[in-house]
Amino acid sequence: MARTMEKVDVVTVGVGWTGGIVAAECTKAGLKVVGLERGQERGTTDFLHIHDEYRYAIRYELMQNVAKETVTFQNTRKMKALPMRQMGSFLLGEGLGGAGTHWNGWTYRFLPYDFEIKTLTEKKYGKNKVPKDYLLQDWGLTYDDLEPYYDKFEKTAGISGENKNPYGGKRSSEYPTPPMVKTPILERFEKATQKMGMKPYMLPAATISTTYTNPDGSKINGCQYCGYCERFGCEYGAKASPEVTVVPTALKTGNYDLRFNANVVEILKQGNKVTGVKYIDTLSLEEIIQPADAVVLTSYVLNNAKLLMVSKIGEQYDPDTGRGTLGKNYCYQLNAGSTGFFDEQMNVFMGAGALGMTLDDWNGDNFDHSDVNFIHGSGIWITQSGNRPIAKNPVTPDVPSWGPEFKKASIYNFTRTLYVGGQGATMPYKENYMSLDDTYKDAYGLPLLRLTYNFTEQDRNLFKFSNDKTEEIMKEMGAKTVVPENVIEEYDIVPYQTTHNTGGTIMGVDRDKSVVNTYLQHWDADNLFVVGAGNFNHNSGYNPTGTVGALAYRCADGIIKYSKSGGSLV
Amino acid sequence: MSEKEKNISRRDFLKTSGIATGTLIGGGLIGGIIGYGMPKTTKVPDKKTEKTNHNLTSPKGRMFFTKDRDFNILSQATERIFPKDDIGPGAIELGVPYFIDNQLAGNYGSNAREYMQGPFFVGAPTQGYQSSQTRADAYTQGVSMLEKEAQSRYKKSFVDLDGEQMDAILTSFEKGEVKMNGLPSDFFFRMLRAATLQGAYADPIYSGNNNMDGWRMKNFPGNQMSYLNVIDSKEFQKIDPQSLANMEH
Ligand SMILES: Cc1cc2nc3c(=O)[nH]c(=O)nc-3n(C[C@H](O)[C@H](O)[C@H](O)COP(=O)(O)OP(=O)(O)OC[C@H]3O[C@@H](n4cnc5c(N)ncnc54)[C@H](O)[C@@H]3O)c2cc1C
Ligand code: SF4
Repeated sequence: MARTMEKVDVVTVGVGWTGGIVAAECTKAGLKVVGLERGQERGTTDFLHIHDEYRYAIRYELMQNVAKETVTFQNTRKMKALPMRQMGSFLLGEGLGGAGTHWNGWTYRFLPYDFEIKTLTEKKYGKNKVPKDYLLQDWGLTYDDLEPYYDKFEKTAGISGENKNPYGGKRSSEYPTPPMVKTPILERFEKATQKMGMKPYMLPAATISTTYTNPDGSKINGCQYCGYCERFGCEYGAKASPEVTVVPTALKTGNYDLRFNANVVEILKQGNKVTGVKYIDTLSLEEIIQPADAVVLTSYVLNNAKLLMVSKIGEQYDPDTGRGTLGKNYCYQLNAGSTGFFDEQMNVFMGAGALGMTLDDWNGDNFDHSDVNFIHGSGIWITQSGNRPIAKNPVTPDVPSWGPEFKKASIYNFTRTLYVGGQGATMPYKENYMSLDDTYKDAYGLPLLRLTYNFTEQDRNLFKFSNDKTEEIMKEMGAKTVVPENVIEEYDIVPYQTTHNTGGTIMGVDRDKSVVNTYLQHWDADNLFVVGAGNFNHNSGYNPTGTVGALAYRCADGIIKYSKSGGSLV
Repeated sequence: MSEKEKNISRRDFLKTSGIATGTLIGGGLIGGIIGYGMPKTTKVPDKKTEKTNHNLTSPKGRMFFTKDRDFNILSQATERIFPKDDIGPGAIELGVPYFIDNQLAGNYGSNAREYMQGPFFVGAPTQGYQSSQTRADAYTQGVSMLEKEAQSRYKKSFVDLDGEQMDAILTSFEKGEVKMNGLPSDFFFRMLRAATLQGAYADPIYSGNNNMDGWRMKNFPGNQMSYLNVIDSKEFQKIDPQSLANMEH
């Protein structure tokens, strides 16, 4: 028999950026919040010995233990889905802060185009531009609706940036801190792209340029450009992450109860309300029930969908009939790019996760798509984020991958290569979705989540276009040899690509076409909220967390409203 | 004052800033202290490393391979992948075989943080590793298959082959041409190649990258506390590497 705890106002499943933001806002508003996190407590003082590439960047020490839970994967429905036995394509978070502890800190806003993509694309290019198997839809709110929440997230995280992007939506205020240092490597990119008529700007960074106190009174320190950033926690408290911002904010209200080793296995539902969640203490394996007036799923894209599926809340998407919304519109991203080989040595081992420059000339609908066979685009970027020796062994394609020639070339090139990338949007496709696996189980006996995903025609065309752009830029930057990425064919879950999974719990104004409304409130239970990049209807040419943070603030507003008035918020 | 004394050590830095003692939360000495005592350019050209007690009292040893022959086969294979040359040491001198051996005795070898539940099927390449074998199983089999190939092709032990013969066998593994039991040989090769590079370049606390010479070859400074003062420098910075071991006193 499960033990039942005392009822609280709000329970969140997982404590990363989304769980932390919801906790901070709700506790400040006087609500009692319990945060259930399957991983462990951790913070700045745990990161003193973090400059260890092998342990953290190669063996993924801070990330999800996939011995306990993973996903299964197939490219198409005709295959047999098999478990992702080792992490690869994306790196899932676990423990206080979630992936927000070891993220890179690129903090963008999506374009106004993104939120009204269907309407705007059809208006400009007609109804036939996008084939009907691409399940494009508007998000139900506009950029302007979300702007105050973007602003709030950027102020919480102290984002460093410059308001110089001519393509961005209107901003209500400047970035809270000035941009990071523009290094010689970034200047080289800036000069080349400006000469080519593009509009580069400093990448908005959560690895912040200078010490800053946020509106909640949390202090974030200035970045040291230590070069151990993505996949690592920051030993200086200089990377904006939940454990140096929203979590302490929630804790100091006295209204926040954080519980670790608490793996949620079910959302409990009665009639058209949820009553709380059931979790397992991962050490004792005891089952515990946490009743709450509102349940908030903040357990990342994959587990937010999985928990709804195992709890049988909402209707599973079926690609044959097109019915159902849960698991629909799973999207990912494309990684175009080019490596440039130079003669001179550069300080590539220094840097910070979000030290970079970027441009939007080939992103969104910022250029005319009449004559191309895709929509949307890619954010083009360069970063100096700290190259490390295990992961970085660049050689040109004529060099073998091991032996004397490899050793010489990889050592020579280590400090002599730069990379320009293109982060490509992906559009929802009828055959790309999430569901439950019928064979494999997690450590607690629940089915694994199953991903059915492959690159599409649109993806291949957009990839090619973006790859060419990066190649042109790298040439202009003066590289003596430029090697673009190989063209994409089948999606492969083995090599790391990006932890920008999106969709599956999409938002909208129509309950037949979305899982949650524009307050991220579930259509089938108005005291259940689901927030994260799972709410995205498609994925843009940017990193997701700026938009995820904004949605979490919007969600918190919704929860607080709901706690006062009840009922549907729309 | 020597260059070294002027620079506050990493430990002092962390202590003073309150990070080490946990007083950082809500506080913030760090903003004021950053940049203090750090050189504008750091140039310590010679090969000298800080001696720690660890080097003296903790010699390398084997934790996984029981037979010398197997360990020697592994050693030779890693040396072919990352050979000694005029730039510097190869895998053996860097301690890579000990690195791999020691890793095989731990979580890496037992795939402790990976999903190892059945049923097992052969999947498409896009679905990744699908064998029921742990890395410890795979290396044990892989090393014995290297020997078997040597015997059947050249009637000699792998360790007695000349370099080209070893390369021919390794290339067959790389191409997936050697038939292994329940495991593609190219998978074993990729794992061996990756582990060799890991052993060459991981912090020396893992028994490879001897004397940080892997890092020296690449001009990689290892564990430095801050590049704030040199991040805008146009000149390439040659910095003497530091290991995490230097933090253990
Ligand atoms: C290496 C890396 C680099 C990245 N870089 C960037 C970047 O530069 N810019 C950007 O915008 N984004 C980046 N991201 C993505 C970014 O980290 C995520 O978008 C963001 O952290 C997601 O926040 P979240 O709260 O939705 O989920 P998470 O941070 O994943 O938090 C979810 C939490 O829920 C917990 N949980 C899951 N299931 C359960 C359960 N059943 N019971 C209890 N707890 C559970 C998990 O343990 C986890 O702590 C990066 C990600 C990675 C991995
Ligand atoms: S690069 Fe900056 S933000 Fe990133 S871990 Fe180092 S000091 Fe922290």
